[in-house]
Amino acid sequence: MRAIARAGFATRFFLAVLYHSPAAFHRLQLTVREIYFAGVLSLVVIMVSGLFVGMVLGLQGYDALNKYGAGDSLGIFVGLSLVRELGPVVAGLLFASRAGSAVTAEIGLMKTTEQLSAMEMMAVDPLARIVAPRFWGGVISMPLLAALFSVMGVFGAYLVGVRLIGVDSGTFWGNMRAGIEFWPDVTNGIIKSTVFGIAVSLIAVFEGYDANPTAEGVSAATTRTVVGGSLAILALDFVLTVFMFRGLGTV
Amino acid sequence: MDLWVGIFVTIGLGAIVFLALKVGNLMSLETKPSYRLEASFDNIGGLKLRAPVKAAGVIVGRVESVRLDPKTYEAVVTLRMDDGYQFSKDTIAQILTSGLLGEVYIGLEAGGDPAMLADGQRVAKTQSAVVIEKLISQFLFDKASSGPTPSTGPNAK
Repeated sequence: MRAIARAGFATRFFLAVLYHSPAAFHRLQLTVREIYFAGVLSLVVIMVSGLFVGMVLGLQGYDALNKYGAGDSLGIFVGLSLVRELGPVVAGLLFASRAGSAVTAEIGLMKTTEQLSAMEMMAVDPLARIVAPRFWGGVISMPLLAALFSVMGVFGAYLVGVRLIGVDSGTFWGNMRAGIEFWPDVTNGIIKSTVFGIAVSLIAVFEGYDANPTAEGVSAATTRTVVGGSLAILALDFVLTVFMFRGLGTV
Repeated sequence: MDLWVGIFVTIGLGAIVFLALKVGNLMSLETKPSYRLEASFDNIGGLKLRAPVKAAGVIVGRVESVRLDPKTYEAVVTLRMDDGYQFSKDTIAQILTSGLLGEVYIGLEAGGDPAMLADGQRVAKTQSAVVIEKLISQFLFDKASSGPTPSTGPNAK
């Protein structure tokens, strides 16, 4: 019963955030600040992870493909798995733990120290001043981070596959380009990362806003953001993938 | 802070453009001067767009488009060839496969004609893809028509 009530509150909260969204773009400076915290400060972890994931994919993929004499297909294997799945999903998981948890803790602590109530007293709507900019900061950052993750992954696979193992550079890029289309592969990745950005940002601001105003409440809310956000990403990924492949007519 | 956000958004959008152009196949970034040749085949097998065109194993061009000639029911393949390579008029174009499962490509075998193929011209001599199913059925058909040989069959008594 409590869970259903929470779901109802979350829906109402989401609509309220959307309603107050114009304020976030009206005072763009607030949103830019959140893009800095959510996006720019996540750059290092996203790019380094992307590089390593790509390098591992290069090694493992080459090892597996080469058993069938298909080592030349490394480019398409790495490119497809990064652009379609790993880029959006792993970048989303990192984003949930790196930026989502920070947003929840920040809003939760604001609630605990009654800064949100103080704002309401001053006739400043905390949804417009605090929540909406953080929500849109996350939604805008996420697709960019996922794209950067994919690019770094492809670069990592290039380093391992071409420079280290010795797959022909032209074959690597040629196969990748022959097998991956902008529409639907790259656009599907962008759609996925945007949806993940909306889900994670909504969960982060909601958990912060809904946190019990105690130290334990904030810590529990932060945990819920990371766990719930990660599960939401994986579940949504499955649902989106099913729809996308249905759309392609391949299942 | 604005500067950092600007840099972040710029390289993020740059990454999407990179995915579109270099990884995806939205548009070819290659600006090498090139010319086009056409070749018609009875069957192109698994030939794909952007498949390489090789001469003596060296990539000299890419498959640009494939269409069906509505009159002859032959596949007409347009090849985009690097400008640095010229081929004689009696060049043979074959559809080949690298390895058993490898990629399908077009192999060019140069001839001896001193006249060279120019932009838009057609490669006259072509050899179609080998379709394994046809080979197998042909093999089985030959076996059946030659009949069971009395010395090797199990019912040879």
